[in-house]
Amino acid sequence: MSEQEKKSKTPLLDELEKGKWPSFVSDLKQLSKKKPSVGQLLDQMEQSYETRVNYWTGTVLNLDGYGGGVIARYSDLGKKLPEVAQFHTIRVIPPSGWHYATDTLRELCDISEKYSAGILQLHGMTGDILMLGSDNKTTFEAGEELMEKGWDIGGSGGALRTLACCVGPARCETSCYDTLETTKRLTDNFISFLHRPELPYKFKFKLSGCPNDCANSIQRSDMPIIGTWRDEIQINKEEVKKFIAEHGEDYVVDNVITRCPTKCITLKKGEMAVDNPNCVRCMQCINVMHKALAPGKDKGVTILLGGKRTLKIGDTMGSVLVPFMKLETEEDMEKLFGLVERIWEFWGENGLEHERVGEFIERVGLATFLDGVGLEPNPQMIKHPRTNPYIKFEEYTAPKMAGEPKGAPNVTDKENEPKESAS
Amino acid sequence: MTTEKKKLAPRDQGAPDYKKNLHPLMVKNYGKWKYYDKIKPGVLKHVAESGDALYTVRAGSPRTLSVDKVRAICDIADKYCQGHLRFTSRANVEFLLAREQDIEPLIKEVRERLGFPIGGTGHSVTNIVHTQGWMHCNLPGTDAVGAVKALMDELYEEFTNERMPARVKISASCCSINCGGQADIAINLQHHHPPTINHGNMQICELPKVVAICPVAAIRPAKVEAKDSLEVVEEKCMYCGACHGQCPSMEIRDPNTDTLSIWVGGKSANTRSGPSFMKLAAWGLPNNPPRWPEVGAAVKKLLTVYKGSAKQYERIGEWIERIGWARFFELTGFEFTKYHIDTFKHARTTFNTSAQVR
Ligand code: SF4
Ligand code: SF4
Repeated sequence: MSEQEKKSKTPLLDELEKGKWPSFVSDLKQLSKKKPSVGQLLDQMEQSYETRVNYWTGTVLNLDGYGGGVIARYSDLGKKLPEVAQFHTIRVIPPSGWHYATDTLRELCDISEKYSAGILQLHGMTGDILMLGSDNKTTFEAGEELMEKGWDIGGSGGALRTLACCVGPARCETSCYDTLETTKRLTDNFISFLHRPELPYKFKFKLSGCPNDCANSIQRSDMPIIGTWRDEIQINKEEVKKFIAEHGEDYVVDNVITRCPTKCITLKKGEMAVDNPNCVRCMQCINVMHKALAPGKDKGVTILLGGKRTLKIGDTMGSVLVPFMKLETEEDMEKLFGLVERIWEFWGENGLEHERVGEFIERVGLATFLDGVGLEPNPQMIKHPRTNPYIKFEEYTAPKMAGEPKGAPNVTDKENEPKESAS
Repeated sequence: MTTEKKKLAPRDQGAPDYKKNLHPLMVKNYGKWKYYDKIKPGVLKHVAESGDALYTVRAGSPRTLSVDKVRAICDIADKYCQGHLRFTSRANVEFLLAREQDIEPLIKEVRERLGFPIGGTGHSVTNIVHTQGWMHCNLPGTDAVGAVKALMDELYEEFTNERMPARVKISASCCSINCGGQADIAINLQHHHPPTINHGNMQICELPKVVAICPVAAIRPAKVEAKDSLEVVEEKCMYCGACHGQCPSMEIRDPNTDTLSIWVGGKSANTRSGPSFMKLAAWGLPNNPPRWPEVGAAVKKLLTVYKGSAKQYERIGEWIERIGWARFFELTGFEFTKYHIDTFKHARTTFNTSAQVR
């Protein structure tokens, strides 16, 4: 081979073929042999690596009847690299918990190869299946074939986004509710909101089966739904003995007893006891001694609200909205749907454009929000009561001084859900 | 545009049926798992009340996969896993096996055919979640895709072993919107000046929306050469890039000045101290493709110190809480500067309002 032939077109990206971790560059180079667009994708990336300039411009492309789900990109280098001039990503809703039969995955591969660049990302940050590299025409063809085969397109923009959940009862012994089924039911029930941007801004649900929060729901979703229990931690005395025999008492003291945030575990003469009313369900003891300890039997969920990433007010965590509710029966599921509807209604009517629900709560105050969605205030929703005296007590403020007398809250359909709170 | 009306496929079908996709042992033992055992890094054994055992082999993937790579994954799952597998939220592939004797042959094939490492369980450094970068985003100042590949090369042995005090989750993002999210260690890009406005192109966006998105109200309408446009009050602007996300004519990126920052101590799990946000550790690292060596060196340094100083089950944030931030900066050698002191909304809540000093 001559020097000229050996010279690579992508010397900088080639550096990412080195090292032990699997290289996307090597994989895509291989793919480029049958997909010219992938070669040009690498060429464009190479140019970005050289200049540190990005060459994708966002645009809008929607499948018939849908208001989102395609992340459309035009290349600024389209003249030079016509194969990536239009290079769109289709978001596809995955099966709950990212479980796949190989037939399912192969079907996606075939559609991706037929209409797109043959690149799949498993999965995007929200949890969608991402199918990269279709153009203005093949995006529609791919979309139709996906839907023909029973798939549905994911969310984007000011809409409900594709849901995500942990592995849950499919394989995890600490899962306190059915994360997979709830994910499917919420998706299907609110599917119209996922496809048509009708909310002030995006809304994400993430579902974790227990407070370990493997779905990172608390800081990555507007409504984290986290499994929990309200009775006593189950203790298997035999297994406790075995664990101590195996690891020694010091290990238990260092990693379980002293690590409990509310110091509610005692170990006396090899007997372990938990002060259950003080247990905050943090999971540490169960994680360490997972054969000896288990969540209680009266299981349900804690629902939080308002988690999100940096834009615009800085990161926020979800905060407690419903301390405890059961999520087992059809009736429970309907209650959850009702709660979501009331939140969307109140936020939808009063939220500003581009205002996430957490930002909305920060602006109007949690108390006003609770009033608006018909929930009673509860000390489990806060870390501590307020420390300043600047309060407008409705009981004491004469209407003529405070303006209009207080009317009924926006949502009249109050319910008694918080009575079920954990205690 | 052709207007020939074709019959459209059904809409609003919702999520695919997960039940059809579950491994048969998961269907059988759904919600009836009893405990799990660690066999070795990357290999778990879940035992059900029925006595059934399901083995999981976790492999790290680059997330961006050619269809042929995905088909190779499927071939292996067909051979050893009754045609079933799953992915984790951090782009690890989990091969599910009913038979213990299949574990080693499967691992061999995963290594040889896919080139994927086995690990990412327990107290390891697991796969890095990251954003699209120069591969497909419209806003990036850097390429998280490549940076993650380079960083995982450095951390390979930490993925395949479980020798950290607690699990370590890392995220990487290509701008300050930080789609990568909270993590024990997060790497993201920061801009250093207000957006440059392309006035000629300003008419394509809805200007009031651009004005409204600025968190510090730094944008206001202006007439430029008798055309409607916007201007930025430079003293107010904090270079967040929110406006750039709304309007491509508000260019915030700059290949000559953008830098990377490292954040530490983010955590989602409710375990022990509860969830926490990450905090600024180091700033001003060069945006240095193709391998971002300065980032790799800083993360490795941080992990070495953490490994030597933290107690078991202490995540990075919890470890720092225990030893204090002064000691953290001393041990890591990261310089503490005035920029580490918060100036945004709730800054005062981050000050030390006690005489407890160490
Ligand atoms: S969040 Fe809890 S239930 Fe879900 S996988 Fe993690 S440990 Fe299991
Ligand atoms: S960069 Fe951020 S602070 Fe500056 S003008 Fe844009 S939105 Fe406002």
